[in-house]
Amino acid sequence: MAEEINAPVASHASLLSLRGLTRRFGGLIAVDGIDLDLAKGELVSIIGPNGAGKTTLFNLVTGLDRPDGGEVRLDGKAITGFSPERLAGSGIARTFQLGRVFGNLSVMENVLIGAHTRLLAVKPATPLIGPLLELGLALLRPAAVRAEEEQLREEVRGILARFGERLLPRIDQPAYSLSYANRRRVEIARALALRPRLLLLDEPTAGMNPTETTEMQALVAELKAEGLTILLIEHKLDMVMRLSDRVVVMDEGKKIAEGAGDDVRNDARVIEAYLGHGLSQPAADARETAA
Amino acid sequence: MSSWLDYTINGLILGNVYALVAVGLALIFGVSRLINFAQGSIYLVGAYIGWVAVVGLRTPLFITIVLVAVTSALVGLIIERFGLRPLQNSVRIAPLLATIGISFVLDQIVMLTFSPNPRALPSQLPDIRFQIGTGTIGPLDILIACIGITSALLLFVFLRYSKLGWAVRATAQDRDAAMQMGVDVNRVNQAVFGIAAALGGLSGLLVGMYYNQIDTAMSLHATLKGVVAEVVGGAGNVPGAVVGSLLLGLVESYGVAVFGTSYRNLFAFLLLIVVLVFRPNGIFANAKQAPPEPLTGTFIAPSRPVRIPRWALLVAFAAFALLPLLPVSSYVLQTLVNAWLFAMLALSLTLVAGTIGQVSLGHAALLAIGAYTSALLSLDFSVPVSVAIICGGLMSAALGTLLISPSFRLRGHYVSIATLAIGEIISLVILNWETVTRGPIGVSGIPPLSLFGYEFVSAASIYWFSFAIMVLLGLLQVRLLGSHIGRSFRAIRDDDVAARAYGLSLNRYKALAFIFGGFAAGVSGGIAAHLYSYINHETFNTQQSILALTIVILGGLGNVAGAIVGSVALVGLPEVFRVAAEYRILIYGIVLLLLVRFRPQGLLGTI
Repeated sequence: MAEEINAPVASHASLLSLRGLTRRFGGLIAVDGIDLDLAKGELVSIIGPNGAGKTTLFNLVTGLDRPDGGEVRLDGKAITGFSPERLAGSGIARTFQLGRVFGNLSVMENVLIGAHTRLLAVKPATPLIGPLLELGLALLRPAAVRAEEEQLREEVRGILARFGERLLPRIDQPAYSLSYANRRRVEIARALALRPRLLLLDEPTAGMNPTETTEMQALVAELKAEGLTILLIEHKLDMVMRLSDRVVVMDEGKKIAEGAGDDVRNDARVIEAYLGHGLSQPAADARETAA
Repeated sequence: MSSWLDYTINGLILGNVYALVAVGLALIFGVSRLINFAQGSIYLVGAYIGWVAVVGLRTPLFITIVLVAVTSALVGLIIERFGLRPLQNSVRIAPLLATIGISFVLDQIVMLTFSPNPRALPSQLPDIRFQIGTGTIGPLDILIACIGITSALLLFVFLRYSKLGWAVRATAQDRDAAMQMGVDVNRVNQAVFGIAAALGGLSGLLVGMYYNQIDTAMSLHATLKGVVAEVVGGAGNVPGAVVGSLLLGLVESYGVAVFGTSYRNLFAFLLLIVVLVFRPNGIFANAKQAPPEPLTGTFIAPSRPVRIPRWALLVAFAAFALLPLLPVSSYVLQTLVNAWLFAMLALSLTLVAGTIGQVSLGHAALLAIGAYTSALLSLDFSVPVSVAIICGGLMSAALGTLLISPSFRLRGHYVSIATLAIGEIISLVILNWETVTRGPIGVSGIPPLSLFGYEFVSAASIYWFSFAIMVLLGLLQVRLLGSHIGRSFRAIRDDDVAARAYGLSLNRYKALAFIFGGFAAGVSGGIAAHLYSYINHETFNTQQSILALTIVILGGLGNVAGAIVGSVALVGLPEVFRVAAEYRILIYGIVLLLLVRFRPQGLLGTI
């Protein structure tokens, strides 16, 4: 079965590379020997029915969960099992499927947290002295720290401006008061504030109406055009087909197909595993014509 | 000289008693992910109902047991119906705080009804001992073992073969799925609370008979022991709770055999900390277990803080600063000094519990560290008082953070348990480390407050001194909250998973919160020591921790102004209205319950 899957692109150019990544929960194999390569500037989508292991794969890459086997490399460096803090520091940013904004923080503060790893005061890594220095810097706030904060706030306004008038007017409102779609936007803004090398988007358009979805699609296209490397989980197939350089299909933890959107779409196994579960064939056709 | 077999029997009997408490806790945790801090209070209620039955009504043993079980179950049902069910859809911190409030209300009601003096609870069984090998066993030991085993069997049959038992197990596995399959979760909760309370009450009765003595201080320790046993066995794991209890009983019994009775509780709490650090899912949990479902939903109530205009703050500051110049009695000033000292503790707790979401229940221990450090430095090493107080703050920051650090990896209710246990450990160490702390005698003759050789003797000068330091600490905290650290603290509180994914190290920021908060609490304790001139291991106790928590909730979690307003209200007002001391704790408990139910964001709102 493995030889039928398209060979991954040459790994020397890849930013992210997964080899045999496996995660078991009791008897269930949530992620089963996944190989995946992501070149710099590439946008790869992962699709598959619910429970296929897509989010678990994200958790393994971002350190929220540890794999039982296999390897994750970022720019050739092994990062398997690193803590999420450390991975954030090395430039991996993600959004969450269920939308995890900091409810009592304002939109501005939420996005500023995204820039946390870049802060001057956070840099000293010395075990005991580092945190105390950070405390001192936070209380004394020398000119450099104040200037940095000001400059970051300016940058956050720039990031929020990418969402048009969706977030800017609500910049000082607490995130719990935002609509569902706006929370997703805050998450993406927060991820961008990290200045990521690799961005993982977990269903960025879940719960969005068609207009909002189109906006989000345009934004992701823009980010890709700027050269950002993106791994995308998405259920809206037309968006996946338009944006992706490659599509990976997962089912029951395994990669069952990989390739250009059209090839994957016509793959018999994919139709059976993915479309067969959720959409009937006529519905899928209707969707294609609509797209 | 008792034999090892005696200690083993003793340990197993104790374990049986703990198991009755722990099984109830495990059942409740299973279905509602809640650690019921009121479990010990039901145990207390059970013991006193038993006393009324045995001494007052002179009921035969069997009737006593039934009476205690039924009445305790009723108390449990009332707690569930009126204390917890209204909070079903509220934030995660609410039920935790509610059970703490309920526990204080119940304890105080028992205390006010029966007085805090210990009472004898005769065992109603013949006082004979049977020889077994090198040890002996009495009829009460056999009774306790029988009740323990019978309860376990009944519970097993109930959970395995009754429809309601299935519903309980289904709810414990997946509450939402159970609800969708038509399980009446309210009935499940009722059943679980009823059973847990009946077992808890029986446990209180048996312990009372075993030691032939009951008093109102039993409650807190019962909760702690039960929780230790439950956590050791794995939270929510009913058979695990039984094994954990037996283990705890044996550890205690052997510990007492080797080191003596004053160390008894130390072993329980050390066992808890060791288990929490090395096997947070309990000793039976598979290390490779699936991680718990990421918690969604906010920990604290979302709210917009009340904006207090700057001029109002300045007016309030000026009014309190000028107060001693007005013709007020020194009684008023003393009361407010007390309020300022509590405000410093509340500032510390509002940062730790409110801003970064680590609800500490052992916060008074930080006062104790500061007080002892400052007192001993000024007495034994003639350090000037002002320097000693600062050293007290630093020691509290350093030592407090170090001791609490094992709990950094815990979440939610576990943090509360761990901090409660650490608070008890500190108090026990102070009691037992006689060469340094002077043990039970306490430290007396502590020099009065002074600054640069000027002694504060007048009420006004003491007032100004404590007010100035409180304001200074408050301003410093406001500055911290306005920095990126304040932002990071609040992010960790709101969602620690997302916070980690953005590079925020939980250990680092929790440590910083405890360092900063520990300093404020330590300074408060230091000032208190020089003010009181005498302290012992009971000067700073759990009641102060709970009062501080009530102050913090009243003012609004994380809210600096709220902590100060709350202190004036809860420390000052009872004095103004001359509320008798024994009713105060009751009032604090009721205030806490009402707040959680009707204004969870407090007076000035969560920040």
